Amino acid sequence: MNLDKIRPARAALLAALAALWLSGCATVSTGNPRDPWEPLNRSVSQFNDGVDAMLLKPVATVYRDQVPPLVRTGVSNFFGNLSDVWSFVNSALQFKLQNATDNLARVQINSVFGVLGLFDVASAFNIDRHSEDFGQTLGHWGVPPGPYLVLPFFGPSTLRDAAGMPVDRRLDLAQRIGNPDVRHATYALRAVDRRANLLRVGIVLEEAALDKYSFTRDAYLQRRRAQVYEGDDDPRASESEVNPAPR
Amino acid sequence: MKRREFGGWSALAVGGWAVGLPIGVRAADEAPDALIRRISDEVLAAIRADKGVRTGDLGKVMAVVDSRIMPNVNFQRMTSAAVGPAWRQATPEQQKRLQDEFKLLLVRTYAGALSQIEDETVQMKPLRAAPTDTEVVVRSEIRGRGDPIQLEYRLEKTPGQGAGWKIYNLNVLGVWLMETYRSQFAQEINAKGIDGLIASLAERNKANSARKG
Repeated sequence: MNLDKIRPARAALLAALAALWLSGCATVSTGNPRDPWEPLNRSVSQFNDGVDAMLLKPVATVYRDQVPPLVRTGVSNFFGNLSDVWSFVNSALQFKLQNATDNLARVQINSVFGVLGLFDVASAFNIDRHSEDFGQTLGHWGVPPGPYLVLPFFGPSTLRDAAGMPVDRRLDLAQRIGNPDVRHATYALRAVDRRANLLRVGIVLEEAALDKYSFTRDAYLQRRRAQVYEGDDDPRASESEVNPAPR
Repeated sequence: MKRREFGGWSALAVGGWAVGLPIGVRAADEAPDALIRRISDEVLAAIRADKGVRTGDLGKVMAVVDSRIMPNVNFQRMTSAAVGPAWRQATPEQQKRLQDEFKLLLVRTYAGALSQIEDETVQMKPLRAAPTDTEVVVRSEIRGRGDPIQLEYRLEKTPGQGAGWKIYNLNVLGVWLMETYRSQFAQEINAKGIDGLIASLAERNKANSARKG
């Protein structure tokens, strides 16, 4: 794949989406206070679904069906190990010392005994992964999530998480790969690996939702909140309680 | 209180495995976390025992849900929470249809998820509740391949002696199920009324069953 050719096309696309966004901002929102940009978000979701249906999902399906499970697990573990490094940094930034220790131990054990992370030895020893990214670190220190935002190509996000993403990407270890071809191939493989792991979720989502867009949105926002507060110290855990049933 | 606690322990030790007993008797004094543990184990055992359940055979999954899960669920409260304020305006007939269609939708989704179960085990987390509480959150974790999946249940104590605990909400990986349905349902109700929501649910169920064949 020649990426130099793709880049201008992508830039044009982003410009078009930006224009769409600006026009979207002018329209009146349909009600959900956490999603003031709903009309725009819906069109970006549609665009993402199109890209997914045309490119990512077919490739991920072939990958899942043709590549042996052992290899796929190795690929997932390898990228998991890379993300554990970043999780370690972010849990340390949040002063979550136990989680930071676990994440660091995972990286050390898996990099050495797991052959550069291809085998997840640490999980076999019950050292759990605590996934953290920069958006969660911002949330931990009190930055509110802001409006829901669907990014082209990357999917559901919030204003805060989108702001944290460049930091995640900047310090991504895959970014350090010198050879551009290898680097792009690594990105592509990671995207395919992630998508392949989500193939079944996609089916469940299609079947469970009346409106896939708002189902995804509401699930995403709740999930991010839970990740930031880790369940235990969520100040709003009881506030979100459902209304008791009329008897 | 003491006697009840003792009863709970003996019920757990003796009654927990006495499959033949009617649910009402067995569940009488069961603690909420013991209840979740038992249901989880029973459902996992049922999945392992029957390939039809694992491959998503809807009749078989429905049988497991009806016999193992539904007796311990306040499904009316679940549905009313997902429907929101409009629930009170619905006629008993509409409420019944909403519950039936919503149940079918959830069971189908559940059937799809079951196909992914292999050698998973359930681990309970410590229960933080006072003996007098009538609403509790029970937290558990499914462990297998990959990262553990957190499952939490909200339970209410049914008024009256021996009526037991009932589940009325479920949280998967930090996402409360009923709340995720609420704004979708509200959208339908605002646009087309309660009958419109019932029709959309029925249509979704029909499309899902066509897909599965």
